[in-house]
Amino acid sequence: MKITELPRWATAVVLPLLNLLSALLVAALVIRLLGESPVESMGILINSAIINPEGLSYTLFYASTFIFTGLAVSIAMKAGLFNIGGEGQMYFGGLGLTLTMLALDHTLPGWLLIPAGMLGAAIFGAAWAFIPGYLQAKRGSHVVVTTIMFNFIAADLMNTLINKLVPVGQQNPASRVFTDAAAMPRLNTLFPILGDTPLNLSFLLAIAALAIYGLMVWRSPWGYRLRATGLNGHAAHYAGVRISRMIVVAMLVSGALAGLAAVNSIMGSTHYLSLNFPAGAGFIGIAIALMGRQHPVGIFLSAVLFGALIQGGFDLSLEKPNIPQETFVFIQGLIILFCGAMENFYGPALLKLLNVGKKG
Amino acid sequence: MFENLHIASLLVATVRSAPVLMFAAMAGLFAERSGVIDLALEGKILASAFASAAVAFSTQNVWYGIAAGTAVSAALALLQGYVSISQKGNQLVAGMAINIAISGLTFVLAQFFFQQGGRTPDLGDARLQDIVLPGTAALADVPFIGWFYGHLIGGHSVLVYLAFLLVPLVHWVLYHSRFGLRLRACGENPHAADAAGVNVETTRYSAMLIAGILCSFSGAYLAIVQSGFFLRDMSAGAGYLALTALVFGNWRPVYTALGCIMFGFFSAVQIQMEGVELPGVGRIPGSLIHMIPYVVTVIVLAGLMAKSVAPKAIGKPFVKSR
Repeated sequence: MKITELPRWATAVVLPLLNLLSALLVAALVIRLLGESPVESMGILINSAIINPEGLSYTLFYASTFIFTGLAVSIAMKAGLFNIGGEGQMYFGGLGLTLTMLALDHTLPGWLLIPAGMLGAAIFGAAWAFIPGYLQAKRGSHVVVTTIMFNFIAADLMNTLINKLVPVGQQNPASRVFTDAAAMPRLNTLFPILGDTPLNLSFLLAIAALAIYGLMVWRSPWGYRLRATGLNGHAAHYAGVRISRMIVVAMLVSGALAGLAAVNSIMGSTHYLSLNFPAGAGFIGIAIALMGRQHPVGIFLSAVLFGALIQGGFDLSLEKPNIPQETFVFIQGLIILFCGAMENFYGPALLKLLNVGKKG
Repeated sequence: MFENLHIASLLVATVRSAPVLMFAAMAGLFAERSGVIDLALEGKILASAFASAAVAFSTQNVWYGIAAGTAVSAALALLQGYVSISQKGNQLVAGMAINIAISGLTFVLAQFFFQQGGRTPDLGDARLQDIVLPGTAALADVPFIGWFYGHLIGGHSVLVYLAFLLVPLVHWVLYHSRFGLRLRACGENPHAADAAGVNVETTRYSAMLIAGILCSFSGAYLAIVQSGFFLRDMSAGAGYLALTALVFGNWRPVYTALGCIMFGFFSAVQIQMEGVELPGVGRIPGSLIHMIPYVVTVIVLAGLMAKSVAPKAIGKPFVKSR
């Protein structure tokens, strides 16, 4: 029997791996052209990002942020929406978090401050995603264009707003540092081997978010309606799903998740709001959602990979001046291209290969 | 006397900043009217800006620089076409991927070749000269006419004139040529075009190639004419703004160009308002003026000012029916 469709293990595991390998191969070629050895660079990268416990801790710290932005893009994608606005939503999430902290960090104890900060981040992130979601649902304005616009608007607004938060006598465009009560508990208090690294409670929260995402999307009636909306809006509408409401809710959840990514960056590390603190994490979320195929396990693995690329890339750039950190922005683009836009590049060839086996 | 007035310098600044958007918007117009979303305008502008600055500096010849920018941008457009048309991949994702990849790659290459923190050296003489129209000197002392002829109409580089001449040309190609008719058919109803004997894939590839070439001038203008060097991420959202002008102008050449000129005007205002005290209002932060085009676009998209109708088949890969 000839097969006409690829089995699940092939589309879920083999194709993404082949795509990832292609992206890394192109990256290796560029590193070769820059006059460095790809194998040696890979060795440095793996050593500093995975094998060294302190490096691994940094990798997981970056991954905690990326899991949230990846989830934000993923849940919108499940509803058929391409939310490019994670960057702006995370930025606004950071503003909500900061406003909450500035108001409460002298009065509340830490165990109340952390949920309050998360709530502030989620609400502001969701609010920033609400308008694009509403316009898509009610006016048919394409969410891609509006979220791009909202990224720019967020950046411009924050340029102005941050001046209101700068403490008197300071020049730096940043808010004041929060009190110690507002710091996320670090995991190195439990595992001293991690060294002095910012890996914190957010990592565990991110794992919990992955589990909740998996349960909600695949094991709840709401998730069923969400996926139905994404796969075929007309059919879902015919079956009684309120499409416009679904779109708005999906965007709200997406924005809230992007906002929560700010918790790790701010409460887990810097403890103040600074200009451009998301530093592209919202865009990395797109790569993670596409590479992880919006599956919790896939998102986790992709987030760790990107965390490792950031952490290892930092050390690599110190040793090899020809491979600056921006190389990993390039690699990120390649991964999005191969895993997102050309996801079926190897599909036909793989199908042929499997059929050859069947015939013999 | 007009040189001293703010409005005069605003107008000149508008004429000088609009071409970046106009080239890119006309490029996007071809791609999108053929049915391919061109989210990668930003990446192509940046790639062309780097290639043209790097080659113009190395060879000390502007035209080699422009040619290099065109080649790089056209190659990227064809890659984008391959993914969007032949691979039938997600066009939005492909565009984002190219933008992100180019943002990283141009920095890496600029750093590798020139070691100036992702910047190319100043181009010096390898820049386009402003064209002085004949008779400028004779009219220079005539009030208004002298300024109008010498500074607003004249005194720009050849790319500025090309940008403004492009608008009627694109209008003619789109609405009065056979290719334009086929292009629009592919963007509105590719199956009907296919049934009428038009090769949809070839038409879309041609549109992408034209888009790549036009878009390159935007980058070349940015690097060679406006700045005189390449700087990391110097496109600073121009590609997205051009896309915005396209939405704003309803995918029609003349309205889109007007949108570009309006956005150019806002950026000129932003530069002039920086640090100026307004009576009663105080200082308006530049970033708030910078925001205006994006807010206007959202309002237009929301259908509150005018209805914006995209080409019907935009973003949908064409699968020939059997």
